[in-house]
Amino acid sequence: MQSKRERVKIGREKLQRIIEMCKSVEERSLDPFLINVEEIIGIIKEYFPEWENPEDLCLDAETIHHLASVIKLQSEWVRHRSTSLYTDPFLLEEKLARIDKEEIVEAFLQAWHPIVEMEQISLHSLAEATRYWESLLPLKERWKGFPPAEVEKSLATREELIRQRILRDKAFSEELENFWKELKAKVGEKGKIHYWDFVGAETYEETVQRAFLTSFLITYGYATLEIHPLEEEIFIKPNEKPITKIGKKQLVSIPITVSSEDWMRWKKGELK
Amino acid sequence: MSKRKGYYASKMKRAVHMLFYRRHKKPGVKGWELRKALGSDYPKVLKILDDYLKALDLQVKTVFEGEKALEKPSLEDLDKARFYITLRGDLTPKEAKMIGWRIDDLAGLAITIAYIISKRGKVPRKEVEELLRDKLPGWKVGLNIDRYIRYGYLTQDENEQLYLDWRTRAEIDEKALIDMLLSK
Repeated sequence: MQSKRERVKIGREKLQRIIEMCKSVEERSLDPFLINVEEIIGIIKEYFPEWENPEDLCLDAETIHHLASVIKLQSEWVRHRSTSLYTDPFLLEEKLARIDKEEIVEAFLQAWHPIVEMEQISLHSLAEATRYWESLLPLKERWKGFPPAEVEKSLATREELIRQRILRDKAFSEELENFWKELKAKVGEKGKIHYWDFVGAETYEETVQRAFLTSFLITYGYATLEIHPLEEEIFIKPNEKPITKIGKKQLVSIPITVSSEDWMRWKKGELK
Repeated sequence: MSKRKGYYASKMKRAVHMLFYRRHKKPGVKGWELRKALGSDYPKVLKILDDYLKALDLQVKTVFEGEKALEKPSLEDLDKARFYITLRGDLTPKEAKMIGWRIDDLAGLAITIAYIISKRGKVPRKEVEELLRDKLPGWKVGLNIDRYIRYGYLTQDENEQLYLDWRTRAEIDEKALIDMLLSK
């Protein structure tokens, strides 16, 4: 005796098999009468009382939908066979294999009435085109009307960054400290990590936020950057203690682009 | 010339311009376009034009929506139909060659169309390729099918199933083709 769970499982498998079978008839133009509709309706009826989940009921509905398509194909098949256009494909295949191409072309030419169409410029259309050309403004004048949208550049305040959800609303120093700890944990014994491997996150927004915090880690001496220009590789190295360089060394700014394209490339594993 | 004759003569000229010169991407003119340009009696104008074209071995061909030829079409059916000017009679193999068709390509087209008709209008491309490969060189088979699709004789769906397309319906007498092939 099968348990209820087993019956549900078997029922699902049977319905999925029926759907696949119906689909192959629909898509590969197989003979729709390969499917025994009565038998399939019997199966659907048999398992219907078992369905309780909405997913199972959907599967049941999908099966009936595909079966209905097969029945439609069967009716079309009968209708086609009853028309004068019906020819046994095997008979035709046989015939086509036996007759030579000259005979095929001869038959085709008697049934072919190609469309007659002309493509010719007329004096009227030339005059029309000239009028259009005369009234057409030069490109530089037409494009003047659509100046490229300019984005105003200015410094972003911390409040604005919080509003735009680039920064979280907690003490910045606390956030930076946590971020530094995360960097140290990620670096481990290697002592450094690829810039993108540290900054890159699931979403582009998160990545921008991490890049922003990283820039502060470096500016405030929590970490340093190691750049290999030939290999085009950038590493981040956490410092054991924050190092204040102001006054000792000349500070340099290193711009690193964190564009959405770069982020996509990193996600695909193409960027280091 | 009587007033009435003059009326139809001018409408016939307008119809000739519309039907002979390609106005859209595909040739042919929709019934409603003709009604808009020629008035509601455009079926009569087309009938007169068709009679006139007989002497030139041309005809006005009507292709109704839904692929079926209608015995007594309603005005609505005509509005939705597409009208073309086609050859009334048939071409000789020499003439077919002159309009850019090689005998192999034409035979391939004939076989493909006949096979699709016999299979109720839908055939996997692979099956047609196998059929054609029997008499055409392999490298040419795919190119030819693509050409038939490009010209509008066939169309192909995402499952690589081939169907007959608008040009076949406009240019080919499907029943005559099958009958002629079977009688060979």
